[in-house]
Amino acid sequence: MCDQTFLAATFGPCDSCGKASPLMNIYIKNDAINYCSFCMEVMACQGLQSGETLASLKKESDSLKKKLEEERGKLNDIELHQVAEKVEMLGALSIKTKRLLKGHGNKVLCMDWCKDKRRLVSSSQDGKVIVWDAFTLNKEHGVTLPCTWVMACAYAPSGCAVACGGLDNKCSVFPLSLDKNENLSAKKKAVAMHTNYVSGCTFTNSDMQLLTSSGDGTCALWDVESGQLLQSFHGHTADVLSLDLAPSETGNTFVSGGSDKKANVWDMRSGQNIQSFESHESDINCVKYYPSGDAFASASDDSTCRFYDLRADREVAVYQKDSVIFGASTVDFSLSGRLLFAGYNDYTINVWDVLKGTRVSVLFGHENRVSRVRVSPDGTALCSASWDNTLRIWA
Amino acid sequence: MTINTLAKGAWHREQMASFRKMEKVIVAMQDPDMGVKMRNQRLLITVIPHAMTGRDIIDWLIQKYNICEEEALHVGAMLVRYGYVYPLKEPRSLVLRPDESPYRFQVSQPPLHPPAIYLAKKNIRKQGELMEYEKERYSVLHKRINHTWDFVVMQAREQLRASKQRRKADRIVLECQEQAYWLINRPPVRPLLLYSVVLDYIETCRRALGRNRVKSSICLEGFVKYSEQYLNHDPIMQGCLPSNPWISDDTAHWTMNAEVVPSPTRLRVERWSFSFMELLNDSMGRREFMTYLEKEFSAENLCFWQACEDVRHGENSRIIEKVEDIYKNFLAPGAARWVNIDSKTMDKTLHGIRHPHRFVMDDAQMHIYFLMKKDSYPRYLKSDLYKNMLAKAVVPQETKKSVFPFMRRQRHASPSPAQAVAPEDGQAKGAGQAGTNSAAGSQA
Repeated sequence: MCDQTFLAATFGPCDSCGKASPLMNIYIKNDAINYCSFCMEVMACQGLQSGETLASLKKESDSLKKKLEEERGKLNDIELHQVAEKVEMLGALSIKTKRLLKGHGNKVLCMDWCKDKRRLVSSSQDGKVIVWDAFTLNKEHGVTLPCTWVMACAYAPSGCAVACGGLDNKCSVFPLSLDKNENLSAKKKAVAMHTNYVSGCTFTNSDMQLLTSSGDGTCALWDVESGQLLQSFHGHTADVLSLDLAPSETGNTFVSGGSDKKANVWDMRSGQNIQSFESHESDINCVKYYPSGDAFASASDDSTCRFYDLRADREVAVYQKDSVIFGASTVDFSLSGRLLFAGYNDYTINVWDVLKGTRVSVLFGHENRVSRVRVSPDGTALCSASWDNTLRIWA
Repeated sequence: MTINTLAKGAWHREQMASFRKMEKVIVAMQDPDMGVKMRNQRLLITVIPHAMTGRDIIDWLIQKYNICEEEALHVGAMLVRYGYVYPLKEPRSLVLRPDESPYRFQVSQPPLHPPAIYLAKKNIRKQGELMEYEKERYSVLHKRINHTWDFVVMQAREQLRASKQRRKADRIVLECQEQAYWLINRPPVRPLLLYSVVLDYIETCRRALGRNRVKSSICLEGFVKYSEQYLNHDPIMQGCLPSNPWISDDTAHWTMNAEVVPSPTRLRVERWSFSFMELLNDSMGRREFMTYLEKEFSAENLCFWQACEDVRHGENSRIIEKVEDIYKNFLAPGAARWVNIDSKTMDKTLHGIRHPHRFVMDDAQMHIYFLMKKDSYPRYLKSDLYKNMLAKAVVPQETKKSVFPFMRRQRHASPSPAQAVAPEDGQAKGAGQAGTNSAAGSQA
């Protein structure tokens, strides 16, 4: 189980005094500590007594933060838009709605493309998960989950299964069967177990492993077959709202963004937090890697999207405009990484020029906030899911 | 935004940032010199002072933010919807009409800062006697909403005055409710958790200080080059040949780029030269590379790499058996397909195999990967095998746009990847082919 909520969540023998009581479960330096509230207070006092007061620790952390900013600034010899001056301006883009997928009875919260470039899975607030052939508008599979607010769904790389989760604190995997009489719900397999809602999930390079992010402040890697927790990732101090797998050749890292305004890059093997970025002014709703894997973009409630360079270890661009007032909830790159599509709570999708930092186009059409945008695997289309119960395919 | 705030129906923290921005717009609109033109608007027989027309609002937004009419209409609609501006004609219909319809600024603004008002009320009443955390909140809020602070204090005073006039019992109940509500919804301030969080942060900072960074000019140049290289491969920007299936309803593009085709397209073969990963990610590219390696008698490297990938991404339960297979085939002395790894890595790997786990082959796999990348891959790109492939590659003709746009093509279904599953084989890879298949039920 993964837990980092601030309330006592389990009951059992205390690690320190052995008495059975409600336990507080926290992590200090990646070690799990399950103490009863009394022993917890004692430990806190001892820690504080040994010369460190909370205030002095905070001072140390503030000075380290300043040093870090200085180090990052040392190699900052040029800005992205300056480098991009020699790049040609983009011509006007003509992007229109080509398909309208109607069928959900409530807000569509999440969607994911299949590797075959035309199928997708979507999930909504009423617990329904639908697999579509977006090209023909056929609904191929439908499952109703017992919980509402299915906030995360993902298509398996093989195309033979989907994973979804939400307010039930679990992430379940369904194998897709073409037998019309088969009840998909019966074959459901609960893989991930968190202590708060599941906000995002994705398969890693195969159908066998699932990576999830949760409102309990953690991310976790699971073995699908056995449901075993392979690795957990602690470091966020609030809900984790989104995650994305890196497309790098060694394939070992992923990035997550949360309500603590931080975006963290993790090593999947060790569970360590490799890099951390904190420059947003509000919750980070979505994170997505640049196609080369050397950078990632984030969308936030502060109505900006930002671009972070992993090798330079800093934020290199902010995509914002005075007339863009509402929070951004989702981002994705076009295939070449030149365009950034961002969905906002004011029902629009803004298209940004990643290199120059300017806005190229606005896509109107949805009648409620846009919860998710995803470019298809071969880059031919963009799919947007919205609280207006529909999905749109743009090309 | 987190689901918790929505589910509890609590104050929408996520919208604070948006409200602040909207307030900025409103303040700019009200500027006596640069704001929206205010005039006396005629409504039936009354003359309403300090009003503006919908058209004026739209024009001002267009000019101030350098946006088009459609977007200005959209932004203006939001201002009306959230109550910052209200219509004088048809007050129930909260829309912004780009004509002579009169509008006014909302004076008593919608309840934006409930906790601020609550704290201000308490402050006024108890004459500054707030609890420690409340004092902190009060000053934080004060800083944040400075420009509307007078309004907040005014509202607090108003509410207090109104409450004094209510029946005592109701008042007490209301107060308790309010206090309880904010007690529950205040942010947690537990010193212990702060302690572990701060320790964590210090460690992350220390690690971050030690990392190697690359100069910005080099990194950023990388993005420019990447975008340039992939420009022709980006259908949304440059279109795709013969046509984008979503626009033309013709799936030829997908058929030509299916996983297995007799002759791949030129763009696809070109892409194999962009990076080693691109070559390996394309199953056809991988097959071609394997053919090349067989000629060079180093095919065992790619086989070894693939087997290691299988261990890393496969089921937990089969790790031990897979690692044993790898040892037998690639690492054991005298193995049929022995791979050439340096002795240090070999020793470490052989030692690790005694207690096999998912990442036990990582070092060896990395070594072989970079060997192929630095040596075999560049030679493959210069080889006749690759050059011939490139020369033979197909460049599809662009499909001319249909003369009669309303004659839409039939949209054919494609076999679902789920079809290819054999139930016993947990690692079945779906065909993932998309192609015309009129027998499988088409839909016009």
